[in-house]
Amino acid sequence: MDKMRRKVIGAGGAGLLASSLPSGMAFAQGAPVKIGMSMPLTGGLGAGGQAALIGLRLWVDDINAKGGLLGRKVELLVFDDQSNGANTPGIYTKLIDVDKVDLLIAPYGTNPTAPIIPMVKERGLLLMGNFSFQVNAKVQHDMWFNNAPWGDAKSWSEGFLELGKRAGAKSVAIFAAEGEFQQNLANGARELIKTSGLTVAYDQNYPGNNTDFSSIIRAVRASKAEAVFVACYPNESVAIMRSVNEIGLGPQVQVFGGGMVGLGFGPVMHGLGSLLNGVLNFNSYVPGMKYPGIEDFLKRYSERALEAKVDRLGYYLPPYNYAIGQMIEQAVNATKSLDHKRLADYLRKNEMKTIVGPINFDKNGERAKPALIQAQFRNIKDNDWDQFKTPGKQVVVWPTAEKQGDVITPFDKARKAT
Amino acid sequence: MFSVDLIFEAVLFGILLGCFYAAVSLGLSVAFGLLDVPYVAHPALLILGSYFTYALCQTGIDPILCGLLLMPVFYLIGIAFYRFYYETFEKRSTDTGVRGLAFFFGMAFIIEVCLILVFGVDQRTVSASYIGSSLEIGDYRLPYRMLVAFVIALSLTFVMTIYFSKTFNGRAIKAVGQDEGALRLMGANPVKIKQLAFGIATAVNGLAGAMLIIVGPVEPAMDRIYIGRTFCVVVLAGLGSMSGTLVAGLVLGIAESIVMMTLGPSWAPAVSFGLLLLMLGARPQGLFGR
Repeated sequence: MDKMRRKVIGAGGAGLLASSLPSGMAFAQGAPVKIGMSMPLTGGLGAGGQAALIGLRLWVDDINAKGGLLGRKVELLVFDDQSNGANTPGIYTKLIDVDKVDLLIAPYGTNPTAPIIPMVKERGLLLMGNFSFQVNAKVQHDMWFNNAPWGDAKSWSEGFLELGKRAGAKSVAIFAAEGEFQQNLANGARELIKTSGLTVAYDQNYPGNNTDFSSIIRAVRASKAEAVFVACYPNESVAIMRSVNEIGLGPQVQVFGGGMVGLGFGPVMHGLGSLLNGVLNFNSYVPGMKYPGIEDFLKRYSERALEAKVDRLGYYLPPYNYAIGQMIEQAVNATKSLDHKRLADYLRKNEMKTIVGPINFDKNGERAKPALIQAQFRNIKDNDWDQFKTPGKQVVVWPTAEKQGDVITPFDKARKAT
Repeated sequence: MFSVDLIFEAVLFGILLGCFYAAVSLGLSVAFGLLDVPYVAHPALLILGSYFTYALCQTGIDPILCGLLLMPVFYLIGIAFYRFYYETFEKRSTDTGVRGLAFFFGMAFIIEVCLILVFGVDQRTVSASYIGSSLEIGDYRLPYRMLVAFVIALSLTFVMTIYFSKTFNGRAIKAVGQDEGALRLMGANPVKIKQLAFGIATAVNGLAGAMLIIVGPVEPAMDRIYIGRTFCVVVLAGLGSMSGTLVAGLVLGIAESIVMMTLGPSWAPAVSFGLLLLMLGARPQGLFGR
């Protein structure tokens, strides 16, 4: 094919494509706005990462349908960090220096995010956080804004320990994985226990590659603890719940759970089924909570998730990833700029309107008003996806403002409650 | 702080855990222990066995039966793997160790990626009446899933020990590991014998993979967890010893279980590799090696 013919066909193709675009999608001249990030698409956090990415891509589609940012098309550059924090500094260096992205979003999770915070601070770049925990507490980067609903380390265990205490628990067992996130969570609980009059009956960490928890659950049972706080990532949640069911924790246990990340993921919930009953765990969203626009988002998300073979419920991460996009959109539109300092200044001073409710940031770039809830699983049956879409299966019991019901204790009774 | 009852329970559970470790290491004991092939794709094939079990279970078949049905399929996969390895590296007999290592790492990576493409990255589990409940004897509770692993490990070890010591082909496999040239002089074809051994080593992974998904949930990258532990069991046992593999698994399982209960779970990996170092220092040929 000669060059001229190629040019003619190319121009014709481009013309056809342009004429097929809806009117709102007409982009002004200029290169696309590149947003770069790594995401755990494989490895321990892969299931969450893939679901989160669908949420973010939905926002990219929505913003491009509206004409993009500053009249320029939005392009998302994503690399798989394999859930490994050792990979993220290299990926973000490439995004900044080679791909020359305009904006950065952090990967999902604390462990992959923690290594890149010093680098973005050194370079004076805005970084939108993605469900990480306490990664900026020591570095104090003033251009970090986390989408997560939690505040400091204590905000995770506060409700759990308070509810346990009200039920009469005096001693607590803690077991946590040896990871940045899980240890931060456990440290928050340890600090609260010191000041709350509770005692520690068992406190151990386990390696991230632990495959069976029977021995740990035996030791917890032997400690006779009355509240059992667990800080784990998704991969361990199923094995822990199985061992709890097989070995038992003893009739003295009032509350069990707290910081088990996997219990917010659809496939994990579906796989565990009735084993979830009675567990009191943190959450970011459960059906019945009223956030404007979230139900429509979840409907659209669910269709894509089924095609992509990932979490079809998507309550935990996807809406919060869509919210990252909404915050970028609001800040860029208000400042009419992609300048990181101006965007950071806007994000710090203004309320963000998102599908997970209004968000204001504190001086560390975390939520000024944490919106973390504690919910108790009830009357869950095996092999039923649809049950998780109905209110009442995960009952919000803390904080009071969001409360949908009272916590059922002790744990043995809660497991049988209907 | 810890009662005798608790330690006894830890030992009981350690035996079950040890049998599980032995069962997932038996195939490697044949390929690496007897044939000296750096079969680092072994854990990836275990996970492949788990995923095939998961897929078959969706039709309502019991996971153990799935494992048994997978054995002939995995036997053929093993033969294909060896044939490729032989034609590409062993036949040319240059740097087979290093190149073989790279080849099997590559295979493991390909298997992992294929699993991600087909099944996604979510954890997969199977359900059966013996998963999620436990046998109660007085105050002791033993998970049925671990008892299943115990029975599978004992059966596999028994069958393989008999096979390698009493049958012609079994003894030929042991002989090819010791002196390939001598076997050739006896009129046997070492390549065919090795192919058979590799098929058996991989077939065992079909059943062991089913056992893996019975014991706990699996995800595509999980093979990385088992590389260290399975090689540790095989080296501790003494390369190529089937009964030694069972004993090494038991030593590791009991030690880990007691350490988890007393010192804490963080120390468990140190126990595995500490024992390996001690053994290599005191008896480099392993517990049952010659």
